[in-house]
Amino acid sequence: MNAIRNFVDKIKPNVQKGGRFHYLHSTFEAFETFLFVPNDTTTSGSHIRDYIDMKRTMSVVVMALVPVLLFGIWNVGYQHHLSHGVMASLWDNIFFGALKVLPILVVSYVVGLGIEFAFAQIRGHEVNEGFLVSGFLIPLIVPPDTPLWMVALATAFAVVIGKEVFGGTGMNILNPALTARAFLFFAYPQDLSGDKVWIAEKADAYSGATPLGQLLTNEPISSLPSASDMFFGFIPGSIGETSTFLILIGGLFLILTGIGSWRIMISVFAGGFALALLFNILGPIVAPDNAYMAIPPYYHLIMGGFAFGAVYMATDPVSASQTNRGKWIYGILIGVIAVLIRVLNPAYPEGMMLAILLMNVFAPLIDHYVVEANIKKRLKRYQKAQLATT
Amino acid sequence: MSETITIKQGLDINLMGEAEKVTRQVDTGLYAIKPTDFTGVFPKVLVQEGDRVKAGTPLFYDKYRETIKLCAPVSGTIKELRRGAKRVLHEIIIEPDTQQVFEDFGKADPNNLTREQITEKMLTSGVWPVIRQRPYNVIANAADHPKSIFISCFDTSPLAPDYNYIINGQGVTFQSGLDALKKLTNGKIHLNLKSGVAASEVFTKAKNVQINYFNGPHPAGNVGVQINKIDPINKGDIVWHLRPQEVLTIGRLFTEGRFNSERIIAITGSEVLKPLYIKTNIGATIREILKDNLNEGKLRFISGNPLTGKKIDKNGFIGFYDSQVTILPEGDYYEMFGWVLPGFGKFSYSRTFFTWLQSKNKKYRLDTNFHGGRRALVMTGEMEKVFPFDIYPMQLIKAIMIEDIEAMENLGIYEVDEEDFALVEYIDTSKTEIQELVRKGLDLMRKEMS
Repeated sequence: MNAIRNFVDKIKPNVQKGGRFHYLHSTFEAFETFLFVPNDTTTSGSHIRDYIDMKRTMSVVVMALVPVLLFGIWNVGYQHHLSHGVMASLWDNIFFGALKVLPILVVSYVVGLGIEFAFAQIRGHEVNEGFLVSGFLIPLIVPPDTPLWMVALATAFAVVIGKEVFGGTGMNILNPALTARAFLFFAYPQDLSGDKVWIAEKADAYSGATPLGQLLTNEPISSLPSASDMFFGFIPGSIGETSTFLILIGGLFLILTGIGSWRIMISVFAGGFALALLFNILGPIVAPDNAYMAIPPYYHLIMGGFAFGAVYMATDPVSASQTNRGKWIYGILIGVIAVLIRVLNPAYPEGMMLAILLMNVFAPLIDHYVVEANIKKRLKRYQKAQLATT
Repeated sequence: MSETITIKQGLDINLMGEAEKVTRQVDTGLYAIKPTDFTGVFPKVLVQEGDRVKAGTPLFYDKYRETIKLCAPVSGTIKELRRGAKRVLHEIIIEPDTQQVFEDFGKADPNNLTREQITEKMLTSGVWPVIRQRPYNVIANAADHPKSIFISCFDTSPLAPDYNYIINGQGVTFQSGLDALKKLTNGKIHLNLKSGVAASEVFTKAKNVQINYFNGPHPAGNVGVQINKIDPINKGDIVWHLRPQEVLTIGRLFTEGRFNSERIIAITGSEVLKPLYIKTNIGATIREILKDNLNEGKLRFISGNPLTGKKIDKNGFIGFYDSQVTILPEGDYYEMFGWVLPGFGKFSYSRTFFTWLQSKNKKYRLDTNFHGGRRALVMTGEMEKVFPFDIYPMQLIKAIMIEDIEAMENLGIYEVDEEDFALVEYIDTSKTEIQELVRKGLDLMRKEMS
C-alpha cells in the first residue's frame, strides 16, 4: 500500500495547480480516489462524518445488479441455443452470452465514462460516480443483438443531452439509462423493438417474441410461457429484464441497505397490479378481444421490463420524486401508466419505459404540491396564531 | 400540563470516552471571552492589555445593541487582545488573580423585582447573554417579550454531559434563576427532561415551569426540536432558550449578587485517558485541564460536542455556551479501497457497512476524516430519517443555496438552527457542509428581516 501511495504522491504535484499536467487533474483525482479514500478532514460543522459516500452508494447498486447481469448473460446464451434447438451446457450458454453482453457493457462504460471525465475536466469538478450505475444499467435494458455503435451513440446521447446539458450529476430531469433506451427506441425502432431482436442470432424459424409481443399479435394466453418461466426469467427479452426473481432479490438488497426507495418499489408494483386487476375484471365487459386485459393481473408484474423498471429505474433518486409522500404518488402513477400503455396502446406492448420517463417529467410537479401542502400548513398555523393575539 | 413527546427520527452516535461522574477542580491558568461565540455581535472593546478587571467588569459591548455587554468571567489582568485576519477580535484573554474579586451587583429575590429591574441587573452584570433567542439563535433582546422560554435539561449529542449530575444539589440557585426568567415572559417556561431516566430533583421539583418529557434518539435533546414539537415558531414569534448551567448563572446573580461564572465541564472523547468532569469557570483554557490526560497522536480539540462544537487548538479556550470538551483523533490519512471494504468497525447510519449487525451499545472511535469526496446532492430521503421536524430539509437547504428568502421563510427556516442539521450533515452522502449553509441562510434572513 505504501509503495502505491508513494507512487501516487510522486505524480500528484504534476496534476495540481501550477503542475505541467494540471489539465488532467479531474482524471487523476478520479483514479486516486478510486484507489484511496482521501485524507481530507472536516473543518466546519460536524467534526465526524458517516463512512458512507457516493462511491459506496453507487457500488451497492452495482452489486445489486450483478446477479441480474450474470443471469442475463446465461439467458442470452440459453435463448440463442434454444432457438436453434441445441441443448447447450451451462458454460456454452454463459460463453455465448458473455460474447454478446460484455462488449455492450464495455462500450457503455468506455463511452459514458469518457464523456463524464471530459466534462469533469472542463468544469473543474471531481468525476461523479453516477455513471457507474447508468453504465451498468444501459446494457441490461437493451436487446442482446443491439449493434455496439448504437450502444455508443445512445450512451453519448444520454450523458450529453440527458445529463450534462442540465448541469451534470444531480441536475438531470430524466433517468440517464432510460434516456439511452428511449433514444434507441425512437431512433432505431427496427433494431430495438418487434419480435426479431430479443434473441441473439436467433434461428429464422423460431418466433422469438417476448410474452408482451405475443399478446400484441393476439396469440392465445395458453401459448405464453409459464408464470414460473416468466418469473424466473427463462424467456426472451432485454438482457437484464427477464428474471423478476433476481430483480426482486436485488431490490430487497437495496431496501435492506437503505439505498433503494422501498416506497417507490412497492407503489409501482401496487399501482400496476391495481390497474391490471381492474382491467382484468372489466375486460370481458368492455373489451373481450383485448388479450392484455384477459391475462391474470400479476402477469403484468413478471412480464417485460416492469419489475426491472420498478426496482432499478423508477428509484433513481435524481429523476424520481424527492419527498416521501411524493414517492408514493410517483410510484403508483408509474405502475398505473405502464399498465395503461400496455393494455390500451395497440402499437407498443411495453409501457414501463415511457411511464417512468413521463413521471420523471412530472416528479418535480408532484414534489411541488407536496411541499406546498407543508407550506400551507405552516401558513395556517401562523394565521391561527395571529388571530389568537388580536 | 406536562407532555411526553416521542421522537422517531434521529440517531444516537455511541462514541468512546464518556465522562466518568467524578468532578475535579482545576486551576486552569488563563480564561478568555471569545466574541466569535456570539452570533451577530460586533464587539466594541472596553479594555486594553494590562487593565485590571473584576469578575463582572464589562469587556466589550455590541456595537448595534449597546445594552448587551460581555463581562470578565474572572478577576485578573487583561493579558492579550488576540486578533485574527482583518483584525477581527478572536479572544480577550485574562490572567486570573489568585484571590477572586467580584463586581457587586447586589443580592435580590427576583420575586420582589420588576421585569425591568431583572433585565437591568442581568444586562449590567454580563449575565444576560446566557439567554438566546430563536429564530436566528442570537443573544436575546431584552425589550422583547418571548412567547415562551425553553430549557432543555438533557443533551443527546455524542458524549454529552449529564445535567442531572452537574446540577445536583443546586436547587435553590436553579429556582432563583427560574423565578427571574418567569418575570421575563408572559408565556410558559418549558423544562424539558428525558423520558425514562431518573431526573434530578432540582428539575422535577422546580416551580413555575411546565415539565415536558422527551423520548427518542438524538436530536431529542435539541431545544429546536423541543420548541417545534411543543410551541412551534411562526413568523414574528420569538422564543428564548437556555441550558441548565446558564439558569444557574442567572440564579447566582440573584442569590450571590455577582457574576459567578462557575461551570462544570465534561471532558470527553476517545483520546482522553481519563474522561471526567471539571469544575472551572466560563472561558477556561483546556491546556491545564488536559495536561497528562491525553493519548499521543494528531488530535482534534473541540469546544462542545463532536457534531456541533468548534475546533480550538490545544491551548484554546472553552466556548461561552459549552459544557463539554471533546478530543478526537484527526483523520488525515488515506485508506486504500476504503469505500469498498466490508467495514466491520465503521459506524454508519447506512446499512451498507456491516456495523449495523453489531450491538447498539458498541462504542466507536471516530475520527475527523470526511470519508469521501464532496458531491452534488443526489440521495433523497436520507435527511428525513434523522430530522424530526415537520420541515422538508433538502428543499430548505436548496432554498438556502439559491438564497430564495421567500422559500426559506415558507419552508420553516425560523424554526431551525445549525445544530438541528448536524445529524443531517453527519449522514450526508454528498458531504455537503450543511450547518455552514444553514447559518448563512439564518444570517441572510436576519439581515433581510430586521
